[in-house]
Amino acid sequence: MSREELEKKSMAALLGIASAWYDQMKTGEIPSISLPTRTKYNIEFDDASEVWKYGDRESMRTAASAKSATHLLKMAYVIGFIKQQLSENRSSTLREMYYISEGWKRAKFSAQDESNFLIEDLEILSEVPREGFHLHPEENGASIYGPMRIREETRRGMKTIHCQDDVGQAGYTIPNNVENIEFVDHDAKFVIAIETGGMYDRLIENGFDEEFSAILVHLKGQPARSTRRMLNRISSTWDLPVLVFTDGDPWSYRIFASVAYGAIKSAHMSELLATPRSQFLGLQPSDIRDYNLPSDKLTEKDVEALNAELTDPRFATDYWKKQISLQIDMGLKSEQQAFAARGLDFVTKKYLPERLSEMGII
Amino acid sequence: MRLALADELAKQQRSISVAEFFEKNKHLLGFDSPTRGVITTIKEAVDNALDACEEAQVLPDIFISIKKTGPDIFRIIVEDNGPGIIAAQVPYVFGKLLYGSRFHQIRQTRGQQGIGISAAVLYAQLTSGLPTVVISRTGAKEPAHRFEIQIRIETNEPDIISEQPFDWDRTHGTRVQIEFKSTMSAKKKLLEYLRYTSVVNPHARFRVELDDESFTFERVSQEVIACPVAIQPHPHGIEFGQLKRMAAASDQKLADFLVENFSRVGKKTAQEMGERAGLKSTVKANGLSMDELKSLLSAMQAVAVPAPPTSQCLSPIGEELIRRGLDKEFQMDFVAARTRPNSVFSGHPFMVEAAIGYGGKLPVEGNAILLRFANRVPLMYQQGACAITECVANINWKSYNITQQGLPVGPVLILVHVASTNVPFTSESKDAIASIPEIEKEIVLVLQDLGRELKNFVSRRDKNKQAEDRARAVCAIIPEIALKVSEIVEKPVVDTTPIEGKLMRKMIAKKSSRGGKVTIELANYSGYDGEISVYDISADPAVDAVPKADFVSEIDGQFTKVWKVTVPSKEVWRAMYTGKGGGLLDIRGIDDSRKMVVDLDV
Repeated sequence: MSREELEKKSMAALLGIASAWYDQMKTGEIPSISLPTRTKYNIEFDDASEVWKYGDRESMRTAASAKSATHLLKMAYVIGFIKQQLSENRSSTLREMYYISEGWKRAKFSAQDESNFLIEDLEILSEVPREGFHLHPEENGASIYGPMRIREETRRGMKTIHCQDDVGQAGYTIPNNVENIEFVDHDAKFVIAIETGGMYDRLIENGFDEEFSAILVHLKGQPARSTRRMLNRISSTWDLPVLVFTDGDPWSYRIFASVAYGAIKSAHMSELLATPRSQFLGLQPSDIRDYNLPSDKLTEKDVEALNAELTDPRFATDYWKKQISLQIDMGLKSEQQAFAARGLDFVTKKYLPERLSEMGII
Repeated sequence: MRLALADELAKQQRSISVAEFFEKNKHLLGFDSPTRGVITTIKEAVDNALDACEEAQVLPDIFISIKKTGPDIFRIIVEDNGPGIIAAQVPYVFGKLLYGSRFHQIRQTRGQQGIGISAAVLYAQLTSGLPTVVISRTGAKEPAHRFEIQIRIETNEPDIISEQPFDWDRTHGTRVQIEFKSTMSAKKKLLEYLRYTSVVNPHARFRVELDDESFTFERVSQEVIACPVAIQPHPHGIEFGQLKRMAAASDQKLADFLVENFSRVGKKTAQEMGERAGLKSTVKANGLSMDELKSLLSAMQAVAVPAPPTSQCLSPIGEELIRRGLDKEFQMDFVAARTRPNSVFSGHPFMVEAAIGYGGKLPVEGNAILLRFANRVPLMYQQGACAITECVANINWKSYNITQQGLPVGPVLILVHVASTNVPFTSESKDAIASIPEIEKEIVLVLQDLGRELKNFVSRRDKNKQAEDRARAVCAIIPEIALKVSEIVEKPVVDTTPIEGKLMRKMIAKKSSRGGKVTIELANYSGYDGEISVYDISADPAVDAVPKADFVSEIDGQFTKVWKVTVPSKEVWRAMYTGKGGGLLDIRGIDDSRKMVVDLDV
């Protein structure tokens, strides 16, 4: 969808919400709105798109109590604000909008969480991602390094960038709005999404991207929306496999799950944000055993999280059952950078080539 | 060798006087610490004063004073307007432990064994060495007498240090002045004790002077409470020693002895008891052997006997007076009280009454306030060991929409009063009621009953809150939504009054201020024509009001504006004036359930 189309669609959708309320009030009805219930109990796996989406449960919000009426009033103010922003072609961060709401009296937000949540509601109602409202998070995305060329529509004009030749050591920074990027060409065989900055830097320093024609993406922990959207677009545009390389602990497996299947908070955007073709590369519990990696003992919370994952439908495969059970038995976890114990080149010369060929990637 | 030791021991073996025993066991009587001593002393003196006033049928007027007279020495004075004590008895009442008028009577009284006040006298002479001063007068024609009294510890006999006539301005009453070592660290507890006492004795007035501060707990009832009447012992509530003593003192035949000395025993019952014990009804009671008395006792307890008469020997406070007493001392949104019918455990009549208060000035955080009373005396210590506490904790308060962590939590006050001819305390310091199943059952029943009433109140209040919340949404926020939405869709502002009318079906009074103008609006959706008085109280004088107010008055810079208007059904009335708004708005002349007042500026 082009930028103009997206803006048109979001304007139409938001005005649609306002008109519906206008009509309700005109006929003497209390304005109301219904939304899918946004909890994990209302998440369903969509076979067609292979991602997790909201189910059929809906909750109705009617302005019949002060709390609900205030919520609708805030929504009306936000719609008015977005309308103005779109017509003046301005944009703002979510935090800026929160501060702008200071002047909205009764409709003022009490915390930024509240305004973020409301924007997500509007995304669901309008089926337009927040970029279509000209709203973006203030934290910038993670970075990319590898043999690919993109064209980005920046505020200072169109720029074409090659993600090895035209960027510094840290790579190309993923912008807030990935929709403004055009994917020109590439010379890659696969994408590796890496949890920690240390490992991302190690692979760049060792020239792994050149040697194996790999695009390296730094996830920066739990990846931001723009990072996930970038992975989704690279994978779908160029039909490349995405491999997720994280620490070997239960929390990192959840990073993989949110890349591969989507997160509860943004299940309405799963089709745009999740990359169902992504695979888990490591660090696998069996790697801790096979490579005798330095490790830490699992805490109580770790074990709890592992057990929860055993019953999580997203991890209901033989592969995961085996690995998680193994980890619980060993009682150990390791970080990605633990490979350094075997020498700085070990991960790029030995571990990754072995693991990638085992996975049939190279 | 053995003999010598026995001789040695024999030299040390001697009888112990009651006074000596209590000197060593002060904690049994509530004198375990100097701090507690103050409260116990005042409690004993006040109990006596209230009992005496009750017997004399006068409204108690009790004066209490605590003054520091030396380093950690305090002088405590308690003065009442009771019947007084005749001069010959004064030394015994104050100077002999276990001397009392009420021990042998079966009726509800505060004090019982005659230990309390004399224990305080003993405590004083042990800690400060000072004698207790008592002034008493029995009537206008009698002179008052002033005594200085101590207790002879070895013999438990009064030691009169001085006795002289005294020129007293009271016509009747008793004043006791005790000085002992203490601290005032329990001041809060003391005031609490007096406050609670005043709640369950709404006919009494207490004046208190604590060093330089003074407090008054006023009476809320002018009615003298009926003095409980003594009854005869019930066959089910008697023990062997008492039976033996009664039998020995009687020269009657067994049947007559039983009929005349026990309550609820008729000729037929007496005969049945005799037969069961294998005794002839004509044998003399004082001629019975130990074994015969034992079988008589078990026969008496085996035969079914109606419960003892309870109406006269017990004196409940009453639901109305409990409510008034609580209202006076605790400002609450809700108070309900219940008096249970009289009941009996082991032949002792008893009765439970309780009250629950909610909201108002009660603290929102923490456990509920629990007031425990036995025979109108507050129980201040050992809350955890008391059957009342256990009953309160065992009730499922959550089913009455009250949160609970053991005790209920939140702005809740629970009062439980157990009255009996023989309150079963866990110890002589009378701090906690023992677990008696019959009593516990009554406590649970009365609290459950009150819990249901509280639940009704809370849900009614929540409903009102909900209605108010809805009114605020409809009258204040929806119009704002309308304004914003109309602006977004670029259409004329949509009128939301139909929503108000549809939703509310009430007379709606709205007050709002904008640009230095205050608007009061009455919209009548009630379906009836309304003749309404509008009361608007604020700092605005509203001299330019259109229409002009029918009546304006001022108190301390607050102007009360009144309009008398008729608003036909489905019509809207408006008044405007220059001002800042705020204050109070009310409309009268219409049922509360058919009106809604909203301040749009809030």
